[in-house]
This record gives sequence, structure tokens and C-alpha cells, in this order.
Amino acid sequence: MHSFGYRLNALLTFSVTILAIICAFASYSDNLNLPSPSAQIQVLNVNWFQKQPNGDDVVSLTMNISANLESMFTWNTKQDYLKVFVFVAAEYETPLNALNQVSLWDGIIPSKEQAKFWIHTTNKYYFTDQGSNLRGKEFNLTLHWHVMPKTGKMFADKIVMSGYRLPEEYR
Amino acid sequence: MKWVRNSVTLRSLQMIAFGMLVSTSLVAWKAMVCFSGSNSPVVVVLTGSMEPGFKRGDILFLSMSEDPIRAGEIIVFNIDGRKIPIVHRVVEVHERRNTGVVDALTKGDNNPTNDRPLYASGQHWLHQHHILGRAVGFLPYVGWTTIILTEKPIIKYILIGALGLLVVFSTG
Repeated sequence: MHSFGYRLNALLTFSVTILAIICAFASYSDNLNLPSPSAQIQVLNVNWFQKQPNGDDVVSLTMNISANLESMFTWNTKQDYLKVFVFVAAEYETPLNALNQVSLWDGIIPSKEQAKFWIHTTNKYYFTDQGSNLRGKEFNLTLHWHVMPKTGKMFADKIVMSGYRLPEEYR
Repeated sequence: MKWVRNSVTLRSLQMIAFGMLVSTSLVAWKAMVCFSGSNSPVVVVLTGSMEPGFKRGDILFLSMSEDPIRAGEIIVFNIDGRKIPIVHRVVEVHERRNTGVVDALTKGDNNPTNDRPLYASGQHWLHQHHILGRAVGFLPYVGWTTIILTEKPIIKYILIGALGLLVVFSTG
């Protein structure tokens, strides 16, 4: 009953159980954090707006994206590379589709110091439609963030900014 | 166990204990499947295509609900003809007005382009039936045991052999 094997087994079982409990507490502590993020996106220019050979519309935009996500960072968020995955999506509807979401840009916020950012960029990914419904289309731009904890439950949220509109004609 | 007098009783007790361990694990697994709503409630991250968020060897907890797929969600999906499921993020969503059917496009965070080249030939979008679940939580590093056992099967045989020897040579 007191052999090395038994003692090692008991010690390991106990340690793993404690570790699991600590991980659960760490994850729960994220629920107590009350974040207050803010974001703003300006569409500076519609660079080009074409219909592809397959019939789908495609647009290139230049945007200013600014956001303050400092309140997302808790002690449980990863410290080294990634903590928050941020992306901007265009959301709009068409006669065929009740909802379309197209990701235009994404980035990684590696630390709290970089959680307040401002960038000037063209869309990283193609803004394309299923079809050619984009002329004169009103759309929302949503800034999403996904928070990766050191361990446990991931959470995500978004800010929706509306009032954007594509040109009536291709250019 | 002083009251155990003969080795037959002891052996039976050992087998019952082992059987209980196996069935408890099975019940726990099935409970996870039921609770998460997914047939694969836990997956191991096998590639670096979602770094730096998920690294090889991390474990993901999945959940599946009737809620429609939305951009930004990290999903685990199967491609027809491929055995191993892929864990990537949804970057495009198109939901049909009348049927509610959702076309989804995915991309690994660490990949330069979207997953369309990975889909089956002629397939441009993922649909609900390809998707095993959404990643809702994770544990780092814990999946390495599975990766090692799968990729270096010799270790699995060594472990089983050692366990077998232990059972045979233990006198209780």
C-alpha cells in the first residue's frame, strides 16, 4: 500500500485533478470580465468594381479600420503570439440570399499594447458576390473579434457598422 | 484485500475492475457526445494551419447546434473522400432566403488562400452535412499523446506490451 508505484499514482492523479480545476477556474474568470470595445471603419475609395467572367461581381475597397479592443485582454488571454483574431466582413442581402457575409480583412492582435489600432488597407480577400447583385448595394461592415484564452472556452463578439453603399455602376 | 483467499477470485476481481474502467470511460464518452450535440466532441489539431491560435497537439472541444453557420466561426468539417477532418475558420457565408441552406467557405488562419482547392473536385462550398461541429473551447498540448500514438505506432505496441507484462507478472 505504500510502494513507490502507489504513491506515484496517487500523486499524479491528484495533480491532474487540481490542474483541471485550476483550468476551469481560469476559464470561468473570463466571464467576470466586462469588455467595452469600440470600432470605426471608413471606406475611403472603391478602387474597382467588375463583373467576373463567371458572372459574379467583385469589388476592391480601400478602408481605414480603427478599433480599441484593450478591454478584451484578461490575464487568461494568451501572452505570446495570438490573443485576439480580428476580421472585418461585409454583410448584405440579395434576392437569392437572406444573408451574405464576406470576410474582407483579418489580423491578429498579439498583445494588449496593440489592441488599440488603426490601419489603412485595401481588402485582403476578394469581396465577391454569388451573382451580380452588388451595384448600388447597401451593406454593413462588421468587425468581429475572437478571443483565444490560454485554456478553456473561447468567446467572440462583433460590432456592426451600417450605412455603406456600393456604386450604381461598374468602374 | 485480506479476505481474498484464492487467485481465481482475485483474477475475477481484476477483470471486473478492468471492465468497469472500460465501461465508465465509454459512458463518459457517450455523455460527451450527447452533451455536445456532435459525433466527435473532441478533436486533436493536426496541422499548423490555424497558428498562432491553435497549434499542433492542441485539443478542441466541439459543439453542434441547429444555429446556422456564420462567418468567423471555427468549424471542423469533412471533405468527401478525405478521412481526416479539417479545423478552419468560416470566411464566407451565403444563406438562401427560401430554404435556409447555407453555402460556407473556409480558410485556415495561417494559410494565404481559402480552402476551395481542398474541397472535392467541383465543390465550391461547404454545407451543413460536411460540418462536424464548432470549436468552443480548447486545451493546449494535451493532444500530443494521440498524435504520437497515431504517427509512431511502435510506441503504442510498446505500451500495450508493457501493460500486458505488468498484468502477467503482478502477483497481487
